[in-house]
Amino acid sequence: MFAYIVRRVLYAVPILIGVNLLTFALFFVVNTPDDMARMQLGTKRVTPGAIAKWKSERGYDKPLLWNASAAGAARLSETIFFEKSLRLFALDFGAAEDGRDIAREIRARVGPSFALALPVFLVGLALNISFALLLAFFRATYLDAVGVVLCVAMMSVSTLFYIIGGQYLVSKLWHLVPISGYAGGLDALRFLALPVIVGIVSGFGSSARLYRTLFLEEMSKDYVRTARAKGLAERIVMFRHVLRNAMIPILTGVVVVLPLLFFGSLITESFFGIPGLGSYTIDAIQAQDFAVVRSMVFIGSVLYIIALLATDLSYTLVDPRVRFE
Amino acid sequence: MPFKLVLLPTDLLLWLLVAAAIGYGAYCARRAHLAAPWARVFRAPAAVVSSVLLGCYLLVGLADSLHFRLRLERVSAEAQTAYSPEVLSVLDLALTRLRSSTERSYSAPLATRAFARELVELPDGTQRREYPRLRHGGAHLEDDSRWAADVARRCGAGLALGAALWLLVVWGMRPLPRQLPGVPWRAAQITLGLLLLLAGPVAALAAAYHVLGTDKVGQDVLLLSLKSVRTSLAIGTLTTLVMLPFGIVFGVVAGYFKGWVDDLIQYVYTTLNSIPGVLLIAAAVLMMQVYIDSHPELFPTAAQRADLRLLFLCIILGVTSWTGLTRLLRGEALKLSTLEYVQAAQAFGVSRTRILSRHLVPNVMHIVVISVALDFSTLVLTEAVLSYIGVGVDPATVSFGTMINGARLEMSREPIVWWSLSAAFVFMFALVLSANLLADAVRDGFDPRIQVGPG
Repeated sequence: MFAYIVRRVLYAVPILIGVNLLTFALFFVVNTPDDMARMQLGTKRVTPGAIAKWKSERGYDKPLLWNASAAGAARLSETIFFEKSLRLFALDFGAAEDGRDIAREIRARVGPSFALALPVFLVGLALNISFALLLAFFRATYLDAVGVVLCVAMMSVSTLFYIIGGQYLVSKLWHLVPISGYAGGLDALRFLALPVIVGIVSGFGSSARLYRTLFLEEMSKDYVRTARAKGLAERIVMFRHVLRNAMIPILTGVVVVLPLLFFGSLITESFFGIPGLGSYTIDAIQAQDFAVVRSMVFIGSVLYIIALLATDLSYTLVDPRVRFE
Repeated sequence: MPFKLVLLPTDLLLWLLVAAAIGYGAYCARRAHLAAPWARVFRAPAAVVSSVLLGCYLLVGLADSLHFRLRLERVSAEAQTAYSPEVLSVLDLALTRLRSSTERSYSAPLATRAFARELVELPDGTQRREYPRLRHGGAHLEDDSRWAADVARRCGAGLALGAALWLLVVWGMRPLPRQLPGVPWRAAQITLGLLLLLAGPVAALAAAYHVLGTDKVGQDVLLLSLKSVRTSLAIGTLTTLVMLPFGIVFGVVAGYFKGWVDDLIQYVYTTLNSIPGVLLIAAAVLMMQVYIDSHPELFPTAAQRADLRLLFLCIILGVTSWTGLTRLLRGEALKLSTLEYVQAAQAFGVSRTRILSRHLVPNVMHIVVISVALDFSTLVLTEAVLSYIGVGVDPATVSFGTMINGARLEMSREPIVWWSLSAAFVFMFALVLSANLLADAVRDGFDPRIQVGPG
């Protein structure tokens, strides 16, 4: 077990290096820092002096990979690759375009992101599973058919409409909660209520339908028939046998999103003005702040790799048939 | 010729795709084992209904994919023939009235007067704030109190036209049930009938009114909605076109060769996968924007720039989204490569490329078809989100995303401007819903596990 975990963790290292090289290529090789400077300073005629100043302020004036003018180890370390890409491994993100420290900003924004994502995840999971179980219980009846159609219809609505519609109904028409914004402490509840509901509703259709399929698959297995043949009530078959066994694929499936909960949800946060990591990313994309986008790409990948690791481990913990090879 | 054809890159690809789809259809029709799953798909009424709807979207989208530049009037006899710099499509030509009849700003659906009060000078010299008449919407009415009667008359005429067309189509479809039995033709006819009964009045009213109102700059919302269809279709289909070669080749090769090839391909797709999708797309689009901005000489006209940006977006989406298909195909190829028929082929000395192309790829095609169908609706929804973030299509390209983005502040107006968002919602919902329903039917038809009973 221990050797397995170590091997999985070691496997994450080349992936992180790959992500790092890919982002480096995307951000510095495809377009040179000169292009970025022109973009930031406005596409009109810019003087070479202004570009040089912009680059030296941000440390983009060094060579990409190999600094021939330096001596010794500085030949490698006095480069853009070392300073901008490799430093990410030490969680040293540098400063954003407006001069603020990215790492500090991230620490301040993780809280609100998590406060929004966690209830969406937990309540959503409970609701989706209950609804799916209900449909599976009434399988091949009108209720099931209507439920599936409802799921497909809900899947077909863009998240944007859920957000806009929710804001219109709940905030504008019924004046129940503020349209957007955020406050610390208990006040956060008022601001988070609507985004949480919207988050749950927008994920409902696809998840509930998927879980229904998982339940039906489980119900077609032999042990379920045996349980029924023993004369067990359908209620007991559903809860004691089907639900418990179907939880294996469901839980191992959701483990993958757990670390990403810290990452927040891009669209919801930015619509509701919640100062989390998602809105930070969107703002950075819209302001074309490459330093922030680069950092967020890196953090997102780290979280995803942790998630993959956790998924693998959860398989081995939940299902004793899975062996470590 | 009074016009000059303009072949935009996405047009070319879309038409190639249509040709390929027709070719694939003809190929399947002559082979019973390939036609059987499609026959199963179209036995479901939901699949037929959604195909009819998708067919209408496709017609609109393809009409919007034939571009040309009209010839300008000659100034003098010896002057060279010049073509208008404006690139138009067949759909634009058909909707010339909607294109030319822009108002000053917002107006409600079917309105005759503007949405906001303006200062108007009366004939006697005094000034008054009132809702001015629109320049085009209902401009033929001397007195807008006769509005209701006029709308009713046009609706009636449109309904009659729609019904007549429907009868004609139903009459034309008579031999079909005998040629292709098993398809629920009645469902198709009812869907077509409802669509025609809806389209008739809309067309009749559009001749004199803005059926879905106008947006902030006075453009007809119906026109915008119809123009958005092409963008959605292009994103939904061209992305798949980009994705398929990567997905199929990498997946099958990894599953068949195993060993270090498999390790390498797994490494590449895990790496790509581990970057959050939206961020990877955003980073790539940002880089593309920088590139376009720093190389303006490559993009002579705005239409070409917008079109290339759409194409780039499809390519970026395709390059970042092949990983899921690859994983599925790798698993399937791993399974298939241990089967006897592949081992027999190896024992006979069949070359590797031939085993891949003749024995593996055809047997994983059902997974490809299913995932193409499932991906389409996801891509249409993704486009809207990306355009909202600002990393989607060019702001000059009409798409559902740009429509929503432009209209999202209208809900906070008092009284609210609901028609732009509602139009985008309805058009998008119908497209995605029918794509989802068709994808479900395709999955049921192609999934070998679900084949129950005599198939």
